[in-house]
Amino acid sequence: MISLTTPLKEEDILKLNAGDEVLLNGTIFTARDKAHLFLLGEDFPLVKNGVIYHAGPIIKDNQVISAGPTTSARLNPYTPKLIEKYGIKAIIGKGGMNEGVVNALKGRAVYFSAIGGAGVLYAEAMKFKNVYKPEFGMPEAIWEFEVKDFPVIVAIDSKGKSLYEDTLEKSKEVYKKLIGA
Amino acid sequence: MDLKKQIFEFYRKTANEMPADVVLALEKAARIEDNPLAKEILGRLLDNTKEAKTVQKPICQDTGTPLFYVQYLAGQSQNELKKIIEEATNEATLNVPLRPNAVECVSGKNIGNRPVIHFEEGAMLKIDMMLKGGGSENVSAIYSLPNMDLKADRNLEGVRKCVIDAVFKAQGKACPPYIIGVALAGNLEQAAYLSKKQLLRKLDDKNPVKELDELEEKITAEINELGIGPGGLGGTTTALGVKIADGVRHPASFFVGISISCWALRRQSL
Repeated sequence: MISLTTPLKEEDILKLNAGDEVLLNGTIFTARDKAHLFLLGEDFPLVKNGVIYHAGPIIKDNQVISAGPTTSARLNPYTPKLIEKYGIKAIIGKGGMNEGVVNALKGRAVYFSAIGGAGVLYAEAMKFKNVYKPEFGMPEAIWEFEVKDFPVIVAIDSKGKSLYEDTLEKSKEVYKKLIGA
Repeated sequence: MDLKKQIFEFYRKTANEMPADVVLALEKAARIEDNPLAKEILGRLLDNTKEAKTVQKPICQDTGTPLFYVQYLAGQSQNELKKIIEEATNEATLNVPLRPNAVECVSGKNIGNRPVIHFEEGAMLKIDMMLKGGGSENVSAIYSLPNMDLKADRNLEGVRKCVIDAVFKAQGKACPPYIIGVALAGNLEQAAYLSKKQLLRKLDDKNPVKELDELEEKITAEINELGIGPGGLGGTTTALGVKIADGVRHPASFFVGISISCWALRRQSL
């Protein structure tokens, strides 16, 4: 198993291949819809060269209660600009992202898949560090976490290989047969 | 115990503990899945289920929109029951805790949680609850038959094509393996309401309509041929079950409501 610690080094990122399993350590920031608009509109240097986690956790008294990933596809429109602006090195989410993002990741960053619905297992690998923009509400605020051995799968690598694309292509053949189109 | 307290406990159980029939279906899927990564993911889903129950924390951080199906006694006040459920919801949001998931569309303000409650008079007080996640709601759909793109006519074969199409489009976005509620209906709200209500059915039950029972089996098997797999990363486990409701329609209309649930179908009966 590969173990990586933030700040992620470019050489380590470029070596990762779709399908690799990784244990992540260090600092990550959550960002969903509102946070993406905020990050693109204003300057928030803390996420520079950092790791973005698509997630809206449950937090109580600064304890991480449940914190699995949210659907990344909603953030397709904003992600290439975010990678460009902040030099984001890795994104963690679920369900995959579109071709625009696959291209934006090329040569500089990766997309990690976390398992949707495994909220408690992830929470147990995370510690609360800080919260920014709490006025966005609990799911939409930017939460800063310290993670330890946070398990992820490289689903889109920096060479343009996407496990989701493979699945889509294979399922398309079966779909055509089933629909008779 | 008073009803408010009971509903609070009901929230805790629904958010933290998976229904036994869904756990059984996941265990079976994990046994027969032959893609190694998919098998590992199913194993982690089961580990998370066990851990959430042990430490009594929500299985998924998206504790969803709380849906209530209340069968109340003749003479009971719906308003009073609604007030009790709303108070229990506020209490649960703070102390289960649930994620505050109600956002006002215009102001964008998060105001906590707002349960959706359906009432029906019955012979005893019975409450079914479902915590329905947003990701799987986003890939749910209503089709109108005939559908030219799918060459789907106004028959069960047309219905089959709609369900396959909805799951194909969802791919791995909404946390497969999915449980899929379907309704045949003559108007929009019935298509949505009845299809979602099908998610309350136990996975191993039988549809009383023979044609639909056969169709449920057939579509489940076909969805699993798609190879989308747990998390959308490939595998033979894409659906744990399909449940279809018969309905009555206007002669001019034939809607197919499709309510998709993530694997973490959190529902309980009180």
